[in-house]
Amino acid sequence: MLASPLHDVLACALGWLAIGLVGVFQPRNFWLVTRVLFPLGAIIGLAIAATALAAIFSPPSSLVLPLGLPDLPFHARVDALSCFFLLLLGSVSAGVSVFAAGYFRRGEGTPPGLQCLYYHVFLSSMALVLVADDAYFFMVVWETMALSSFFLVTSDHGSAEIRRAGFLYLLIAHLGAIAILLCFGALQSGTGNYTFETMRAVQPTPLWATAAFLLALVGFGAKAGIVPLHVWLPEAHPAAPSPVSALMSAVMLKTAIYGLLRVTFDLIGWPLWWWGVVALVIGLVSALFGIVFAAVQTDMKRLLAYSSIENIGLVMAGFGLTILFKAFSMGALAALALTATLYHCLNHAFFKSLLFLATGSVLHATRERSLGKLGGLIHRMPWVAWTALVGTIAIAGLPPLNGFVSEWLLLQAFLFTPGLPHSYLNMLVPVAAAMIALTAALSGYVMVKFYGVVFLGQPREAKLAEAHDAGIRERIGLLWLAAGCVVLGLAPVAAIGLIDPIARAFTGHGLALGGAAGWLMLAPISAERAAYSPLAVLLMIALLVTIAWLSVRLFYHGRMRRTAAWGCGFPHLDARMQDTAEGFGQPVSVVFEPFFRVDQAVPSPFDAKPRYRQSLDDRLWHWLYLPVVRAVDKATALVTVLQRGRISVYLMYSFATLLVLLLFVR
Amino acid sequence: MSMATLMHYAPQVINLLAALLLLLAFAMLAQRRIQLLINLFAAQGLVLAASAALVGLVSGQHHLFVSAGITLVLKVVVLPLILHWLIRRLNVKWDVETLFNIPTTMLIGIVLVILAFNVAQPISLLAGTVARSTLGIALAAILLAFLMMITRSKAVPQVIGFLAMENGLFFAATSATYGIPMVVEFGVALDVLVGALILGIFIFQIRERFDSLDTRHLEKLKEQ
Repeated sequence: MLASPLHDVLACALGWLAIGLVGVFQPRNFWLVTRVLFPLGAIIGLAIAATALAAIFSPPSSLVLPLGLPDLPFHARVDALSCFFLLLLGSVSAGVSVFAAGYFRRGEGTPPGLQCLYYHVFLSSMALVLVADDAYFFMVVWETMALSSFFLVTSDHGSAEIRRAGFLYLLIAHLGAIAILLCFGALQSGTGNYTFETMRAVQPTPLWATAAFLLALVGFGAKAGIVPLHVWLPEAHPAAPSPVSALMSAVMLKTAIYGLLRVTFDLIGWPLWWWGVVALVIGLVSALFGIVFAAVQTDMKRLLAYSSIENIGLVMAGFGLTILFKAFSMGALAALALTATLYHCLNHAFFKSLLFLATGSVLHATRERSLGKLGGLIHRMPWVAWTALVGTIAIAGLPPLNGFVSEWLLLQAFLFTPGLPHSYLNMLVPVAAAMIALTAALSGYVMVKFYGVVFLGQPREAKLAEAHDAGIRERIGLLWLAAGCVVLGLAPVAAIGLIDPIARAFTGHGLALGGAAGWLMLAPISAERAAYSPLAVLLMIALLVTIAWLSVRLFYHGRMRRTAAWGCGFPHLDARMQDTAEGFGQPVSVVFEPFFRVDQAVPSPFDAKPRYRQSLDDRLWHWLYLPVVRAVDKATALVTVLQRGRISVYLMYSFATLLVLLLFVR
Repeated sequence: MSMATLMHYAPQVINLLAALLLLLAFAMLAQRRIQLLINLFAAQGLVLAASAALVGLVSGQHHLFVSAGITLVLKVVVLPLILHWLIRRLNVKWDVETLFNIPTTMLIGIVLVILAFNVAQPISLLAGTVARSTLGIALAAILLAFLMMITRSKAVPQVIGFLAMENGLFFAATSATYGIPMVVEFGVALDVLVGALILGIFIFQIRERFDSLDTRHLEKLKEQ
């Protein structure tokens, strides 16, 4: 323990950097990297989480660092919002780092030492993003984060597809960074002072505040992967090694949400109500779009990547609702919406990283990412399968795990919107609530597909019989994250207590959690209106399972017979009779057909060797991105006219310029 | 010869040398043989060194003697030797092909000289030096060398054109401002030497790649 929580956090960030540097000097020392450096990184993660947990209730503290340019030092500050996201970063990265210690294998892509450097620089820059207190420091660490994650994404840079994914990621990350930079420019309101303290103090005019908010929405939205800036996400997440996908999806996307919250509620302070509508609409569209695309994916990591878009969409919807309530001065409801938003961030970080790590283990055991070639792994990989089941239930939003709590809170917030003093909004909000419900249902559907196709049924390939379970370090990582999902699900009141200081700081209200059974019963507004007790649900489930088990024992005398799953008495069951990933997604692809650009080839009835091919493409890519690409191509074609390939012509250009200048000067 | 007579005749001598410089520049523009081209370049260097020494003597700027010495060593001895060695190694004795025919080039050159004099007039009125009337000639020499680079298609004459441009710049510096500071002078001399070496390497590479020194072959490198 150093002088203050801020010092501790900075020391931890430096510790991560130091670990990375050790990795550079021992790039091929596999033992050192996997047995010492990554576990050490996990311990630092725990230290950050503990510091943040201890500091979340203490008043903000700030510091001027002896770094940066002369007369332009770096400022750092921790407050409740930073602490909450630091807690998320530390606790999730601890699990991911332990897993990564067992995950990286010899002779794959980038040397392990370099991987270790990028990984820890990435972690460190994310921690620093959360404590940065001036635009300059923020942009430096923000770009460090983008660059280090770019190198992590392209760690298997032998493949052209991965290089393309990395380029797309870098491009959109830079577009976002430009927008964020301009946003800070709008926020400083002509003072020329780029510290967040000044931005907090000055009140920008509504016009500049709007410009800043929209720029922040574009800039942070590009990092978060909101539609239509999402195109990099389903490319980059599958390209990266699984622990990196886990960190990117679980933590990096959340730093974007942190940035949005920081700019909107802290730096601007008083949002306008229609910003909330914009965020809400973008959030709902992203959520629905993400989950519909997830439903038709056949690559397990792409499926999870699209599901990240969906979850970010839900978070954005909560964020928009918070703005609405706050702009209409409905403090208690704003606190509820903000709590749901932040809670969902935390939950998503745990279950999505858990699922990404599980896909990593599956990938290592089977060398397959395609759902069509997996199946039946629950027998071969029980540890991975059972921890993944926890993540699956959580992400599907089923009680008593954590995904349910935050989605329930979000729906509660929506149900209170009829109180808004705006008639159009009152009519539109039920539609939004319906969309949230639809998304939640579809996400259950998608997760059944994910889990059922990968872990249940029969193996679709012969080689799956040799699949081995995860190693001990991978198991620890998976168990840690699964435990996080369970704890966050069973103790929502404690978790909401952590969000309370943020809600009080930004909305002036907290959730009324008092009462006799306060720790047992979660009642966001009042117990008469709606209440939820995860322990009661858990007890109920346990009771029903026990009754069922006992009655089976009682009536069937405990006879047990193992047989092929879903056999239904048919003796010649084989793997090809199972439902495939494509088959499972087919209803969604038909119902939501306008979302896709369908390219399919149906064989003729007389074809002796029929082959059916279908690919579902993102329409936005064709509508939005390709026209831009073509325009750039055209513009460069105009410039290439100058390029003649002859030295004398090039010399002529400079000669003519010289003559014109000479005449002009005269 | 006393100092006074020297002072009396010096401006005329400098003007004479400037005229020689311009004449040599035109000769280079018209010359078809590479070996003679190199000799003309060496002669131009000699004129340059002489004029720099004379300006130094008249104006009392003794550092110009050092400049003149460097010019003498570098441009009259070292670079011509390197270039002669280069064309022997490359075995290019043939006549230079030009993009335009020689008379047209000469006509363009005359237009350039008129332009240069016009441009230089207001500047040389401001410059309070003995050799200020020669500024126009210096500018003309630069433009003519540039023109030579454009009109020749072989690599070696282009290099010579580049070096001749530097001659013109140096002459402009001595005539307008009594030479540039010593440090810059050394830097430029070194640059010219290094530039010649690098261009020599490029020439070898070009020949290796295209079996010819014609830079028109580089057109193939253009993006389609």
